[in-house]
Amino acid sequence: MANRKLGRGVALVGAGMSGFGVFPRLSSRDLFVQAYLEMLGTVDKGISPADIEAVFIGNFSSELFEGQGHTAPIMTEWVGLTPRPSTRIENACASGGAAIRQAILAIASGMHDVVLVGGIEKMTSLPTERVTDALTTAGDVLYEIPAGFTFPGFYAAMATAYMARHGASAEALMQVTIKNHDNGSLNPKAQFGTRISDIIASKKAAAEQKGKPVPDWADERAFLSDERANPSIAWPLRLFDCSPISDGSAALLLVAEDRAKSYSAAPLYITGSGQSSDAALHSRSDFTSIGAARRAAAEAYAMAGITPSDVGVAEVHDCFTIAEIIATEDLGFFEAGEGHKAVIEGCTRRDAVRPVNSSGGLKSKGHPVGASGVGQVVEIWKQLRGEAGRRQVPGGPALGLTHNVGGTGQTCVVHVFERRS
Amino acid sequence: MSATTDFTHAAFTQWLREHKLMGVRSTASQYVTVPPKPLAPAQHECDMEWVSLSGKGTLEAFSIIYIASTTMIREGYGRDHPYCAGVVRLEEGPAISAQILGVDVSHPETIRVGSPVTVEFIDSGEGAQRRTRLGFRVGV
Repeated sequence: MANRKLGRGVALVGAGMSGFGVFPRLSSRDLFVQAYLEMLGTVDKGISPADIEAVFIGNFSSELFEGQGHTAPIMTEWVGLTPRPSTRIENACASGGAAIRQAILAIASGMHDVVLVGGIEKMTSLPTERVTDALTTAGDVLYEIPAGFTFPGFYAAMATAYMARHGASAEALMQVTIKNHDNGSLNPKAQFGTRISDIIASKKAAAEQKGKPVPDWADERAFLSDERANPSIAWPLRLFDCSPISDGSAALLLVAEDRAKSYSAAPLYITGSGQSSDAALHSRSDFTSIGAARRAAAEAYAMAGITPSDVGVAEVHDCFTIAEIIATEDLGFFEAGEGHKAVIEGCTRRDAVRPVNSSGGLKSKGHPVGASGVGQVVEIWKQLRGEAGRRQVPGGPALGLTHNVGGTGQTCVVHVFERRS
Repeated sequence: MSATTDFTHAAFTQWLREHKLMGVRSTASQYVTVPPKPLAPAQHECDMEWVSLSGKGTLEAFSIIYIASTTMIREGYGRDHPYCAGVVRLEEGPAISAQILGVDVSHPETIRVGSPVTVEFIDSGEGAQRRTRLGFRVGV
């Protein structure tokens, strides 16, 4: 693969998001307005909406979730930016990352100087079975669905392949859950802002209050191993291995590098961008790694001129716990087969050598699929600018990475962000 | 039906109804693929032909699924009646998704990646309504 460079530099000067969660009274456009307004407030030196030249919206399936197609012009109208060119990008759960990449290319090409990127998904209006079906359309409906696969099922299958090859246990999956809930408890935008230990305490208190037998979970692992407390969804994955069904939106403002300082006192520079595609899961040679992630990461690292060890903070696509473990290997943070040991050893905790998903990840923060890849960048924005509050990664990281997967890995988009002093 | 020349899902499904697992092969490169596609990826050869597959393979990945898709709920599966879905690597090289039969879904820890499997065609409905899904059985 040739080491390509952008035609000109691209910078991030604003980033905001709605809460991620269940919002019965809010449609995707309402959530997008919230994200957009928060984003405007993060542009240090202010921006006139008249400066925004184009809009890219990442969204997986407003048709199936909301019965609404042709979504991008609506989002653009709701933030008062009609008649800017407005385009929706759909790559399943990587729609957000793919929309960011299209905005980067639009700026790098010289076509636009100032571009708004949004990510939206409104998933909670449908009953769970229909959400399951909608998500399943990100697989191959002709050849994978008749086998009975669901999205948890796909990742569970990767988990069985990974565990068989590398001798990993459910313990590693549990540690991803515990870590990401710990981080999410410090994120006011998270859908699950509670640690697993808090959930245990509240369930015990509730049982006591009702005069029912109080469960005797000794620790988080005992709770997460209890089939009644944490039922199987797709073995070996249980409820707490799965990201939730979520509503949410996020918004970013990208500008040409030479305009960055006119909007921001501390812009981030997007120095690496990679994207790759792959076949349906069964048509790949290896089920223990996501090849598109390895290729997207290689492209982004080469463009940025960095190695994995330079990454100070990473938001990775933990739609399921096993996905985070595989991601940390695909991104080169750990060797193949070492990721499960690394999480057990605490290497990916917020205060450790390789902080992963300081936001709480999709697992705890929530996974409004089309918004997730954009929401990842909001966390990197905060972390690199030292604005992450109680969940701030120590040491002032200067280089952050996002890893956004679509489907079972038919798409992966990786971006590298740098703070320059 | 012109299944001999149309390398389509419709043709593959027709073969399944006849209880045949068929792939396609490039006559020049001998590249075999299933699901069927009309061209081979490397050199874009368009010289594909249907080839009968042995139906023998190895279970490479699987899950016991409790929260079923509506497709499987219609077949009677769900929380109280979980099923096994898996990916099978065929002797001929390519792999495909299928329901996995002959496993103890209540003891998933007994199911082994690497187990040999044999094709089994899962019929439902009668007459013209009969449809056939792809399955593989462990331990035959």
